[in-house]
Amino acid sequence: MTTKNKTNPLEAAPTMRLIERRPQLSRRGFLQGTGLATLAAGVLPNLLATPPAFADAETFPTLGAPLATTLLRMARDLYPHDQLADSYYVTALAPYDGQAKTDPALHKLLSDGASTLDAAAQAQHHHRYAAIELETDRVALLQAMETTPFFQKIRGGLVTGLYNNKQLWPRFGYEGSSWQKGGYRFRGFDDLDWL
Amino acid sequence: MTKKFKLDDDSVVVIVGSGAGGGTLANELAQRGVDVVILEAGQHYTLNDFENDEWAMFNKISWLDKRISAGGWHHTKTYPNLPAWIVKGVGGSTIHWSGVALRFQPHDFQTRSVYGEIKSANVLDWPIGYQDIAPYYDLAEKKMGVTTSKASGQPEMPANNHYKVIAAGAKKVGYKKIIRPVASNSTPYDDRPACLQIGFCMQGCKIGAKWSTLYTEIPKALATGHVELRPQSMALRIEHDKRGNATGVLYADKDGNHHFQKARIVCVAGNSIESPRLLLNSASSQFPQGLANSSGQVGKNYMNHATAASVAIHKGPVYMYRGFDIAAVIADEVEPNTNRGFFGGYYLEGLALHLPYTAAFMKPGGWGREFTSALDHYDHMSCVWVCGEDLAREQNSITLHGSEKDQYGLPIPIVTKTYHENDDKIAAHGLAQWRKVSEAVGATRVIDMPAYPASHNMGTNRMSAKARDGVVNQWGQAHDVKNLFVSDGSQFTSSAASNPTLTIVALAIRQAEHIAGEMRRKAL
Repeated sequence: MTTKNKTNPLEAAPTMRLIERRPQLSRRGFLQGTGLATLAAGVLPNLLATPPAFADAETFPTLGAPLATTLLRMARDLYPHDQLADSYYVTALAPYDGQAKTDPALHKLLSDGASTLDAAAQAQHHHRYAAIELETDRVALLQAMETTPFFQKIRGGLVTGLYNNKQLWPRFGYEGSSWQKGGYRFRGFDDLDWL
Repeated sequence: MTKKFKLDDDSVVVIVGSGAGGGTLANELAQRGVDVVILEAGQHYTLNDFENDEWAMFNKISWLDKRISAGGWHHTKTYPNLPAWIVKGVGGSTIHWSGVALRFQPHDFQTRSVYGEIKSANVLDWPIGYQDIAPYYDLAEKKMGVTTSKASGQPEMPANNHYKVIAAGAKKVGYKKIIRPVASNSTPYDDRPACLQIGFCMQGCKIGAKWSTLYTEIPKALATGHVELRPQSMALRIEHDKRGNATGVLYADKDGNHHFQKARIVCVAGNSIESPRLLLNSASSQFPQGLANSSGQVGKNYMNHATAASVAIHKGPVYMYRGFDIAAVIADEVEPNTNRGFFGGYYLEGLALHLPYTAAFMKPGGWGREFTSALDHYDHMSCVWVCGEDLAREQNSITLHGSEKDQYGLPIPIVTKTYHENDDKIAAHGLAQWRKVSEAVGATRVIDMPAYPASHNMGTNRMSAKARDGVVNQWGQAHDVKNLFVSDGSQFTSSAASNPTLTIVALAIRQAEHIAGEMRRKAL
């Protein structure tokens, strides 16, 4: 994570140590092309450790690209964070593919559920679910199937799959494990400056 | 010094559980020269096992043996197999506890006399009064290094951002009692370091600044040479002789092998679900309702506090996760005042949740932009936990499942809970006041959360003056079985509005003094 307005204990009125929530893509490109990448890995792990990921057959060898595309759209509609790249949602969904490989019942639950969702989408909007343009239309379709095991399986898994992903934490201004840095005793536990 | 006792040594005190009650009792007995065997169901973790990671620690240390939520509370849907959030490990739930160390108020020991009879509740006076426990509160605060306690001399914990936001709002709405008595070291104390404001207090304090029996009472007890700790030893039943005295405890070791440890005295401290469960599982032809259960009150009157939680989104960043997990505690609403429409009172306790738990508990089952637009402001959030008095009700109970068994072959426990309307009024009042406190400093959105699984479990083997009203007497001694004691929060007659640990520790010190005295006098 990056910081601005670093707290200097020697300054009379230090300002709050803020967490930069936006991904620093230009800086990342710069760092990757230099020897600084290794050095920065310890400082900016979230920027360098998130490889691009897609809803493709490479990431979803068991479920396949069409089903993965539906699930990805569904994941984004369930937990819409416009500042997050698709890769975070793909990372949250990827474990389903691994489980489906050895769990045919899960595979069936996911493919049948997606088929039902697509059938409802076709009936109401003449498009597959993932191809429906308006978010409100897609959300209405999801609401209609909120109590199904398929919906609950995807929603429940995303709460941890998405929000327990350490790479995503800085996007929410959350810093994760702190003991190895000596906690916050000398890193802004009491630096609130706006009250 | 590692002491070993033989299984047929019937001179020892066997303590089931090593948390706030069992761990403290073991050390206090050992300091008085009493030999003790501790049977602890969980593993022996160390500070090296603690991670600053909410879910990793949840999965590592929580008591996850199957339990069933039943009754009218929302847990039947939201947490069907996690009615309570406690720890399975040496140190018990003192690994997970937040460190809030609040005394009961004097009236909390006489709720039946003060409140009068309350419809569809089972309120009863304790057989002891505040004056009986007050000296032991001093000893407990000193032992635990409670901040702002005269007994410990520990100064207040320095205010973090989360504290400042809540305290400022509280002052603006006219609240005066903004406090923070916590059993975590504000300065180095008892050979443990000062708090480094790491956060993750409830995931096991990584540096041992927060008091836990795991690295205070237990090692001190072991160092006396009077105590043997047996982790991964699950108590299955307490046996008794023809005269109705306890003779020892049958337990399963980590490989599932059964052993019977003889005992002079048995003390049960397995938390308010496991303790009554053990007594019920110890039913015999002589005690068909379960051991110590002639009153029928074993497993009844389950209390877990009238609770709710809420997050507020502020105009500036708070980073509530930075620092000690407990922020300001507002104590202005704890004194009883029936003008508010309910008996008892409550504390508003600032309690930081980290991002993964905020996502899980803010709105269980929630999704869509209403959910994510709030979570997008995680770094601007403050969070409160309402801790209010929960009235005893007989139908709120721990019972045994008729057929389903756990890995030990024991019937799994059913935790039945329906809040009294008084509990609901407390929670609603607390949430309304929190909204005012938050909006007073400019919060733009306040989101009420349902109660998450509580770590406060009380009342299921309650104290009573008369044997017909409860399970144990003023010393925690079973009315029916002379050498059987209850040493945890299950002996509470009322829940008060205070986090229970300090009172459990005070009672354990008092009980140890009594047991050691009775043993010396050969009365036990």
